[in-house]
Amino acid sequence: MTALEKPTLLFDDADWNFETLQVTLDAIEEIALGDLKLDIYPNQIEIISSEQMLDAYSSHGMPLMYKHWSFGKHFARDQMMYQKGYTGLAYEIVINSNPCIAYLMEENTMTMQALVMAHASFGHNHFFKNNYLFCQWTDADGILPYLDFAKKYIAKCEDEYGLEEVESVLDAAHALMDQGVFRYNRPPRLSDADKIAKMAARAEHEELTFNDIWRTLPTVEEPDEEKQERQQEVRHIKLPEENILYFIEKASPILRPWQRELVRIVRNVAQYFYPQKQTKVMNEGCATFVHHYIMNELYNRGQISEGAIMEFLHSHSSVVFQPEFDDPRYSGINPYALGFAMMEDIKRICEDPKDEDREYFPEIAGKNEWREVLKDAWANYRDESFILQYLSPTVMRDFHLFAIADDAKESHFEVSAIHNASGFRRVRERLAASYDLGSHDANIQVVAADLEGDRTLHLRHDVHQGRKLSDETKDAVLTYIETLWGHEVKLEEVGA
Amino acid sequence: MNLSHFIDRRKNPKGKSIGNRQRFLKRAKAQIKEAVNKSLRDRSLKEIDKGEKISIPSKSTAEPRFRIDPQTGKREAVHPGNKEFDAGDKIKKPPKGPGKGKGKKASTDGDGEDNFQFTLTQDEFLDIFFEDLELPNLVKRSLKEIKAYAYKRAGITVAGSPTNMNLIRTMRNAHGRRLALKRPSTKEMNALKERLFELERISQPDEAQITEKKKIIADLETMEARRRWAPFIDPLDVRYNAYEPTPVETTAAVMFCLMDVSGSMGEREKDLAKRFYMLLYLFLKRRYERVEVVFIRHTHHAEEVDEETFFYSRQSGGTVVSTALDKMLEVQKDRFPAHEWNIYVAQASDGFTQSGDAKQCVELLRTEVMPISQYYAYIEILDERELEVFSSEDSGAELWRAYRTFAPEWPNFAQTRIARPQDIFPVFRELFAKNNREAA
Repeated sequence: MTALEKPTLLFDDADWNFETLQVTLDAIEEIALGDLKLDIYPNQIEIISSEQMLDAYSSHGMPLMYKHWSFGKHFARDQMMYQKGYTGLAYEIVINSNPCIAYLMEENTMTMQALVMAHASFGHNHFFKNNYLFCQWTDADGILPYLDFAKKYIAKCEDEYGLEEVESVLDAAHALMDQGVFRYNRPPRLSDADKIAKMAARAEHEELTFNDIWRTLPTVEEPDEEKQERQQEVRHIKLPEENILYFIEKASPILRPWQRELVRIVRNVAQYFYPQKQTKVMNEGCATFVHHYIMNELYNRGQISEGAIMEFLHSHSSVVFQPEFDDPRYSGINPYALGFAMMEDIKRICEDPKDEDREYFPEIAGKNEWREVLKDAWANYRDESFILQYLSPTVMRDFHLFAIADDAKESHFEVSAIHNASGFRRVRERLAASYDLGSHDANIQVVAADLEGDRTLHLRHDVHQGRKLSDETKDAVLTYIETLWGHEVKLEEVGA
Repeated sequence: MNLSHFIDRRKNPKGKSIGNRQRFLKRAKAQIKEAVNKSLRDRSLKEIDKGEKISIPSKSTAEPRFRIDPQTGKREAVHPGNKEFDAGDKIKKPPKGPGKGKGKKASTDGDGEDNFQFTLTQDEFLDIFFEDLELPNLVKRSLKEIKAYAYKRAGITVAGSPTNMNLIRTMRNAHGRRLALKRPSTKEMNALKERLFELERISQPDEAQITEKKKIIADLETMEARRRWAPFIDPLDVRYNAYEPTPVETTAAVMFCLMDVSGSMGEREKDLAKRFYMLLYLFLKRRYERVEVVFIRHTHHAEEVDEETFFYSRQSGGTVVSTALDKMLEVQKDRFPAHEWNIYVAQASDGFTQSGDAKQCVELLRTEVMPISQYYAYIEILDERELEVFSSEDSGAELWRAYRTFAPEWPNFAQTRIARPQDIFPVFRELFAKNNREAA
């Protein structure tokens, strides 16, 4: 152990430079890999200014993104909020890619940089590399090349067909992003080299066959071979199909090849972010747990000063702050707070279980192997299943959790369970269910498309617990679907 | 372990999202414009030159998705911070106010807000405001003041400075020449040399090998010689981008701003006049690179002042409007000969002048000022009560009436009245709207 050596501080003032960053990173890596035994992608750590951070914010945090007005809108909003001091900026952004890219803000103090590196470059990084959702559903090697392709392809389409044309397809596809993911079948990999090559070839082909004279015709014919291939695919789609964007991309009677490609790009981006939406608590919990452990360990080893650990604790506690439901700052459960608390509690249950814990968690209580237990949880669960499995009575008590039933027909809410022995299981089950995306996103599927006849597209919303679609947006989205489909679209709400 | 590395991106080009921003502004153009015009009405003098927080109806840039209506169906949610509730407790729902939804819960669902707020930069702000405004009748007399030259690409030449070398052309020529002259390639020569080394490594070469060796040496020599007279790049190959200076026609224009700062102009009137000129000044500064602006203020005597003094300093005294016209003519004769400059004049006054001076003004305008001017705008600043009294175009203060009599003779003369800050912007647009001259 390095603790036997004469302890030297890694840094002793707030300013950072690349030398102290490197030394600190090495020390963090020592703990992350040597002690916690994390398994990570290589790290690429980029130092950026606050303005660049705002840039990154507006485009889903990705270093590359195609151009669209909605990103400009988010940028304008974020910029104003930031400049007026309503919100701060995140200390970091981390990207699920190989190598794992993390952005650090130049304004951060050295302590903050250490925290952020431990959090992003080891915590999130380990989670991205090991969690089953990310392993199966996203492609860390392929995402950046794919986005690069997407950006260039869309820019080219804008040149060729005009901003408005491209915008109208993207607007419509964006409206369907929530209905543009495969939830149950695994999507194809992005990085298949031949697939990108094929897309490039397709773009090239369009370029070659592009002829100004034919431009005014309503559709540019796609090559027969591809058309047959596509129609073959359409025949293989088994209805009902939950991925509306996929169905439209393949089966829309009016889209031209390049428009199908745009829809595909939006769909792939939506798919890429889908696992992140399902693992907010776990992902942030894992990163927070890791940074907390590493920073304390650095302090125990005498590598950071008392001042630094105080500064760290100050920002750590604001990160895991959970306002209560009647606090004006309350806006739902803080995933950092819940994830961190649950993981700390797993560690406690392993090391120092109470009788209650032995009853609830016989398989891990007192097992003392908390590193293995946590790593197993990080790898094999998503928020819903993680909470269902591991939310302990202790955490429920600490948070004073309670479940509220709300029936729109009733004039009262009803408290259905609280943090007591008879309510633990119910609260846990309710909380877990609220992290199931299926309960947030409306379950809308393509049930029929009359491709031979009048080409009407039939959608069905399976109403769950009487929750209907909001009228405010329903018609607007349907109009968007019609622009992509080109013919009538009918939406039925069933089971109310 | 070498799993990690750092990259310093701080020096990367900024403004990655400018393209997105432009797309956004374009998308919401109509709404933004309306918001800009609205916010301009009540801004103070100093603020006019700054960026502005504006808010537009969020409908125009909505990004609709399918959402579950929180007012339907059943749901069960878990919250932290229970204090006194026990299972089975009932809590009355808050009344459903319009747009309020269920208080906090509704707003966290997002899309609750009616307006989208953001900040426009000063440039964007003014661009939007001054859109479709221009100086009337510009260019009519646009006499060449060809002082500016711009360099334009003019093909390729064989002579030039090294910085202008066209690498692609040069290398292409060199390549062609090398092919034509059969310059031995380095690859070929390396192959031969390798063979030569191979042969030399043989300790006891036979006859054939010795002959081959000699042949290779001879070949290499000829090749070397050939390479010397057919070099990789020959001065003949080199091409340069040619640039030619082309004169850029500029329209020379001068704007005279005449303002009455006499005692009869109260603070309010002066403020209105200044606002008008500030707007005019910003407009000119943004839209015309080559517009000179001359500031003249007058009481019973007139003086030319700089921008700072014109807008921000105070003065008081009697009123003789014609002195300003005299001063203007003096400056014009001195520095802006009428055959070389487009001349614009904007005059602001409360309409009161020494008795008899109005006649003098009209005389000056008729004989000297109007014949050389492209456009003359007279803005009369009124009291709000006066505006009602003088609701008819014909009645007004002395200067107004005097100008009325003479205005019909000159289509490029415009007069208008301002009583409130809100009037400034419509009037300004009216005076400088595109293709609106005949009406004025």
